[in-house]
Amino acid sequence: MLTKRIIPCLDIKNGRTVKGINFKGLRDAGDPIALAKLYAEQGADELVFLDISATEEQRSTLVHLVRETATQLDIPFTVGGGIKSVEDVELLLKNGADKVSINSAAVKRPELINELATKFGSQCIVVAIDAKQVEGDWKVHLVGGKVPTEISLWDWAKEVENRGAGEILFTSMDHDGTKNGFAQEALAKLNALVNIPVIASGGAGTIDHFTHVFKYGLSDAALAASVFHFKEIEIIELKQELKRQDIPVRL
Amino acid sequence: MKTTIIDYGAGNIQSILFALERLGYEATLSADASEIERSDKIIFPGVGEASTAMEKLKATGLHNLIPQLTQPVLGICLGMQLMCRYSEEGNTQGLNIFDVDVCKFSSILKVPQVGWNTVYDYKSELFQGISEKEYMYSVHSYYAPIVEETIACSQYGIPYSAALQKDNFYGVQFHPEKSSKMGARLLKNFLEL
Repeated sequence: MLTKRIIPCLDIKNGRTVKGINFKGLRDAGDPIALAKLYAEQGADELVFLDISATEEQRSTLVHLVRETATQLDIPFTVGGGIKSVEDVELLLKNGADKVSINSAAVKRPELINELATKFGSQCIVVAIDAKQVEGDWKVHLVGGKVPTEISLWDWAKEVENRGAGEILFTSMDHDGTKNGFAQEALAKLNALVNIPVIASGGAGTIDHFTHVFKYGLSDAALAASVFHFKEIEIIELKQELKRQDIPVRL
Repeated sequence: MKTTIIDYGAGNIQSILFALERLGYEATLSADASEIERSDKIIFPGVGEASTAMEKLKATGLHNLIPQLTQPVLGICLGMQLMCRYSEEGNTQGLNIFDVDVCKFSSILKVPQVGWNTVYDYKSELFQGISEKEYMYSVHSYYAPIVEETIACSQYGIPYSAALQKDNFYGVQFHPEKSSKMGARLLKNFLEL
């Protein structure tokens, strides 16, 4: 049986993890590879590296990191952040990334999704969608939720599917960072709307939130960062509880 | 021992190369017929779209070479599907090694299937030391139904072939190179055949 995926997300800047990660037993908590391997051992199903580097020089560090990660990690990982072109994607995939996640560049030029899906296959193209509610309607936002657009979440989700995205990574900006739970209702609607897997992101605070995002949000995967980084939730305990709740997980 | 990964411009071959390195095996990437023929073990990877990948094989003449190989060959993901008779994807004639036609998953399911699925009913030494119902990582929209040559099953809506074997030809639908320790074990089993 296909299992629901638990995906820790690592924010990367200049080849290092950021956001004050607090891990005992790791000699260097800023070392993304050590952290990635630790998560893999603890039962993470996939990993996402989100690059938040500002300069091109920092971005070239990312390529080295991707390659080094690929040599050591035996579970899939996705790389996102600042990807703009077919060339950007080619460089990351060539160096061992399993998938890439594109966001703003796809909104600015939706044909990019078609080009990537044709060249590399849908299986490695994740389209990340950041959205929040504006007067009751879910609207796509850019630049980490700072820049609103007039695009409806539902229209955009359907469009990225039709253009060849293999998965959608949906982040509710209304829930992100709150630790009050995922955007369950929006996720349920999104999962009914599209026929490709949806990764839920934003709002994870407790184990119950994960149970709910699978049971009621009907999501295929759930992504979180700080609850894992600060050890508020251990992946193994999370999966054991999900299993007790009859949610299929890899244990 | 000489291991070659067929490099025909379709697939994330780097991951396979790294997985073999982790096992302590060296492999070379090649599209050269004589180099492939001289290898002890051959891995035939593939991701992307079937008809495009088949065109690339034909452009290099590898479509004639692969079915004639006599050493162990392991097809992974699309590589396995191309070893079948036919694929619905792009209406593609395959290498006709496995006597089965590849079909698309029902649209009532999320397609592609992405993630870790259980594999069961092993019928080959390829799965030696791997416990029944082990989880393997897959990403695919098309599948090979259960046939005589099926050596492991999985289920997504319906049961399908997680692995196939005919003589020296092996194929796995999942990605052993990304399936943690048990995926590595399967690669090791193949390399030690």
